[in-house]
Amino acid sequence: MSTPVEERVSISSGGVITVIAGKVELGQGVLTALSQIAADALGADLAQVRLVAARTDGGPDEGLTAGSLSIQRGGPPLREACARVRAACVAEAARRWGVSPDEVTVRRGEFRSGDLTATYADLAKALELPMEDVRAVQEERDYVGTSVPRVDLPDKVAGRPRFIHDLRLPDQLYGRVLRPPSPAARLARPAPLPQDLRVVRDGSFLGVLAETEAEADRALGRLRRLTEWDDHDTLPDERDLRTYLRAGPHETVPVCEATGEPPEGEVVGATYSRPFLAHASMAPSAAAARWNPDGTVEVWTHSQGLFLLRRALADVLGLDLGRVVVRHVEGAGCYGHNGADDVALDAALLARECGGRPVLVRWSRADELTWSPFGSAMSVDVSAVVDAAGSVRSWEYDVWSQGHISRPTYGGEPNLLAGAHLERPWTYRAATDPPPQAGAGMTRNAEPIYDFPRARITGHRLTRTPIRSSALRSLGAFMNVFAIESFMDELALAAGRDPLAYRLDHLSDPRGREVLRRAADAAGWGRPGLGIGFAQYKGYGAYCAAVAEVEAEEELRVRRLTIAVDVGLVVNPDGVRNQIEGGAIQATSWTLKEQVRFDRRAITSRDWESYPILRFSETPEVVVELVEDPAQPSVGAGEAAQGPVAAAIANAVAASVEVRVRDLPITRDAVIRAMG
Amino acid sequence: MTRLNLNGTPVEAAADPGTPLLDVLRGEMGLVGTRFGCGAEACGACFVLLDGAAVASCTTPLSAVEGRDVVTVEGLAPGDELHPVQQAILDEQAGQCGYCLSGIMVSAAGLLARDPHPDEAAVIAALDRNLCRCGVQRRVVRAVLRAAGAEVAR
Repeated sequence: MSTPVEERVSISSGGVITVIAGKVELGQGVLTALSQIAADALGADLAQVRLVAARTDGGPDEGLTAGSLSIQRGGPPLREACARVRAACVAEAARRWGVSPDEVTVRRGEFRSGDLTATYADLAKALELPMEDVRAVQEERDYVGTSVPRVDLPDKVAGRPRFIHDLRLPDQLYGRVLRPPSPAARLARPAPLPQDLRVVRDGSFLGVLAETEAEADRALGRLRRLTEWDDHDTLPDERDLRTYLRAGPHETVPVCEATGEPPEGEVVGATYSRPFLAHASMAPSAAAARWNPDGTVEVWTHSQGLFLLRRALADVLGLDLGRVVVRHVEGAGCYGHNGADDVALDAALLARECGGRPVLVRWSRADELTWSPFGSAMSVDVSAVVDAAGSVRSWEYDVWSQGHISRPTYGGEPNLLAGAHLERPWTYRAATDPPPQAGAGMTRNAEPIYDFPRARITGHRLTRTPIRSSALRSLGAFMNVFAIESFMDELALAAGRDPLAYRLDHLSDPRGREVLRRAADAAGWGRPGLGIGFAQYKGYGAYCAAVAEVEAEEELRVRRLTIAVDVGLVVNPDGVRNQIEGGAIQATSWTLKEQVRFDRRAITSRDWESYPILRFSETPEVVVELVEDPAQPSVGAGEAAQGPVAAAIANAVAASVEVRVRDLPITRDAVIRAMG
Repeated sequence: MTRLNLNGTPVEAAADPGTPLLDVLRGEMGLVGTRFGCGAEACGACFVLLDGAAVASCTTPLSAVEGRDVVTVEGLAPGDELHPVQQAILDEQAGQCGYCLSGIMVSAAGLLARDPHPDEAAVIAALDRNLCRCGVQRRVVRAVLRAAGAEVAR
């Protein structure tokens, strides 16, 4: 038996080259960008390349699709795999034609040597032959760098089945889970249930099964009315999260230790905060599962990390890893760790009772807004010693937050919601953070890019909390950039200096200086009422500067955002623009409107009225300037705009109405309160 | 049995008359392009045209559409053709995850049917009941204006 050159690549007799993706489509367009990379590495025509959804059986384990790293980390192994396939086919063509591999070229799917030509389909057999060494070939860039249209949009525009919610497996059942009314609530006593309700119960985990969605919803309503819970208060005071975040217990995370005593000079300081934020996906999380007669469990999921989810499911279900197969199906945009993983366990628990029939479980809107992990509330104290000209001589920075990662298996626990409700419960641990080399969490972007002579930066992570938190687009960077860039603005204004010039005076990084200048030029910097914000994401990712123009009359609204971004080599220019535009609009929503609400017992923001997000009529115009540097490696674009946009808006409010709002969200009422 | 005209074809639905239209469409009718978003007519993901007006199918009972015209995203244009709004969404690449798009395109098609030449403010007003979380609102507005222009050209 021969080993294929690349398990993840196969070639059909019709010449279609199928590649199993290691990254998952979250609506960010990654399948399109990866197709471009694959086509160029293969020397194939884009139309013959199919990137298919990631899966644990046969697909590569490339970890999470997160952190704006898919192009940076997923691109190179894909390129390498495709280059090996190409080399194998080149070698086969050379063998058949009796020429040296150096004499064989391949472009747009056609292998050629003199007058001799062949296609991938002709040479597909080569993939089954033992490989010798692969020589590096110079690939032509036919697709990388061009705005190839999204491969997934035609289905979505036509309304064809594409989302996990559209799965219709043979003999499929529909499931719903009855969540407790609050994080602390547990089932009081199992009520006697009518015969015609198909209920699955394990401890305080309750679910219902039905033949249709409508019946499942009706059954869930009946079960809810029949169920009683023991409940008590465990949540903090939502109006005083500053105290809550500082109360501890904490893990202290030093980011930067200052050397020597602080210099003499005027000391100024400020405190900034953000509330808990919800991912608020447009689609409630969903998953399907089937227990097969051979003892395997198949799970269909929109998780960001199929292999982590597989491990967590195997642990909770008490199965060997090899018995769990996890496949990706697209969901709505998730913007981080939402309920995708949790609902996969729900589906597996319900399907376990269904004798081999598959079950599709879909959460409710309220489940999605109250039970998905949140982006943590955060609070920052920052102070600086400034010289006579107002320049920073020393910088002190403390950030207080819950952790930003509680994905499956982090900290050694499955961390799946239903696990905590089972008869033999699993602990749902307080979130932790990725290590600094993976971009950190609460301290992501806590270190300013500016050339400060002295700085001390410390993170304080809460290690006990009743509120689940996990990754939300950009993790701590949104808050840290908001705080740093707001404070830089305050320092500039206090010194009577132009905020742009003030930043440039503290900044030697040439790429940073360039995006600042480009954003400022494009926005017509110098006009009154503009605000600017800037960062290099994670300190090693994309450079992004945003200029905001706001309108503060009856309502507070952002009219326009002008954004310059440098992501190194651009794989898909329109894809980068779309990610920056979308990130900027979402960041505007976080900045102006969003706040998870709760009383002392339960999350109370459970629908679009109590958790409003930005509407069409509130959406700013977004202008994106690509500052391309093809000599630099590609870095991700998905999270670069979040922090700079928040700071630009706050700074524009300060420039327009001379009011500094330091606590998000910047609502009309917050502005009025700040006017004091 | 409830009779209705679905995407131009008379059909009968067997579901209980109190069943939400959305569940009938996605279930019995096999048309999954209409999405569930909130179940409370607050997001627009499940919009369909009911006698030409965009309504939330999640809170509309089957009984309310007896004898009426229902158009879903699948029926905006005949067969495999695309409605000008659908084509313009592709041309402008006005999508990210795409989950909200069905409802948005239904709202926009409803607008263009009653006002073939809307200005930007009219487009925004017509789409203000539709939520989008990925942030493609500006692209969508451009696409709908482009679709309106395409109709002018005919």
